[in-house]
Amino acid sequence: MAEAPGRAAVAEKAKAAPKPKIKPIEDRVHCWPYLVRSEYVCSIIITALLMVWSIGIDAPMEEPANPTNTPNPSKAPWYFLGLQEMLVYFDPWMAGVVLPSLIIVGLMVIPFIDINPRGNGYYTFQERKFAVTMFLFGFLILWVSLIVTGVFLRGPGWNLFWPWEVWDPHKVVALTNVDLPYWGPFKVLGNPKIFDVELLGLTLVTLYLIVLPVAFWFWKSKTSPILQELGPLRYGIVAFLFLTMMGLPIKMVLRIAFNIKYLWVTPWFNV
Amino acid sequence: MIKRLKDLKKTILESQVWRSMFRHDYADTPRNRTLQIMSNVWMHLHPPKVRRHAIRIRFTWCMGGITFLLFLVLTVTGVVLMFYYRPVAEYAYADMKYLQFDVPFGMLVRNMHRWAAHGMVITVWLHMFRVFMTGSYKSPREFNWVIGVILLTLTLLLSFTGYLLPWDQLSIWAVTVGTNMARATPLLGHEGPFAQVAGVTPRYDARAFLLGGTIVGPPTLLRFYVLHCIFLPILASLLMIVHFWRIRKDGGISGPL
Repeated sequence: MAEAPGRAAVAEKAKAAPKPKIKPIEDRVHCWPYLVRSEYVCSIIITALLMVWSIGIDAPMEEPANPTNTPNPSKAPWYFLGLQEMLVYFDPWMAGVVLPSLIIVGLMVIPFIDINPRGNGYYTFQERKFAVTMFLFGFLILWVSLIVTGVFLRGPGWNLFWPWEVWDPHKVVALTNVDLPYWGPFKVLGNPKIFDVELLGLTLVTLYLIVLPVAFWFWKSKTSPILQELGPLRYGIVAFLFLTMMGLPIKMVLRIAFNIKYLWVTPWFNV
Repeated sequence: MIKRLKDLKKTILESQVWRSMFRHDYADTPRNRTLQIMSNVWMHLHPPKVRRHAIRIRFTWCMGGITFLLFLVLTVTGVVLMFYYRPVAEYAYADMKYLQFDVPFGMLVRNMHRWAAHGMVITVWLHMFRVFMTGSYKSPREFNWVIGVILLTLTLLLSFTGYLLPWDQLSIWAVTVGTNMARATPLLGHEGPFAQVAGVTPRYDARAFLLGGTIVGPPTLLRFYVLHCIFLPILASLLMIVHFWRIRKDGGISGPL
């Protein structure tokens, strides 16, 4: 009972303060039986579903492995088809190595760059619009839709086939893609280079990845409390991850709508 | 008769053997509800009490639990499959056919292993999705989110290494496509940026290290088998222990503060 006066004081203070909307932390129930029983029922349902599914549908099994007979199309396991689909728009070093690594690292740093204290432990969109929008865009629009495309819409030669079309291995698709310096109005520049590195692409990539976020920082950081709280380091990471993620839809639009293959060609890598 | 049964029950419940295993009776009291959890190593994954909203299925979707359940199913069925399967190029495919046609319930066990593996990839993504949408990665649970991302990566790698083991056309070409990326690794892959700087060759780069050669061949099968059955499951189990333990240490399942 020694703690009683302390409690009373806290209660008085709480009464004086504006009433919080959240429930008191004491609202707890016993795990046994309330949690354990639903876990038990859930396990039984999942196990039963898995058994029925496994009795009904056999796992795929094709002819023995034959290194001399390449199937067309050769597809990675379905959960990696988002990465294989990115190969259409980026070279393997980017689509297969750099972007997957950045996805993993980017996911890991989320708790450290999202410094918004609200929305911790409950569903809300209003209180964290930017974070939720970014995640939904990356997960649903990019990752899931690329997997769906790779699984259902890609046929021989990795060409696009609608579900009602026959997979014709001899489908002819005109290769009309050109690199940016040879496209439309950029032709007049004559593709200037320095040490074999295209200057046009260098300029664009520098503008996009460095000048744009730095300029935005100097434009907004004085007036935006969010940017001030983030600080330059966290802001830099957010901007880099955001711009890298947006690089994929940008390249998709450039390729699909404008037939542009590479933005930037260098002796070592192409973007 | 009933009296005798009651006496028998009493004798059993008060015997030294019974009491050595079970420290409490089953009567529904708050004390016993707590002891059910506290005195059972398996149940002790849970705290005695949780926040009321945390047991609602629409809050957690039960996705973390289902992922763990599928991992357990995969462990059990995987051990059974290991009894019949040899990771040698000459035998692997034949062993799969043996499992399919001769081993009692062999096809069922293989199907369950396959579909549970695909299911686990989906549930682990949905678990991440749920944890993000509830903002449960926020302080003080930042580090557990990081472990979760590693576990998600390990789940994909486990599924990917297992994909090769049937040693049919589907597996070697899927793994060929997947591992071809490794040769484009900057510096470490022979077709990647700055490959000349690092001096890597097709026989001596990141991909060759992964495959044990320049193509997906018998050494790859053995490598992927060892990764799939030993290295990755042990690593994932260790991280799962940390993952579950951290939930408790970071204040239990998340909720409005």
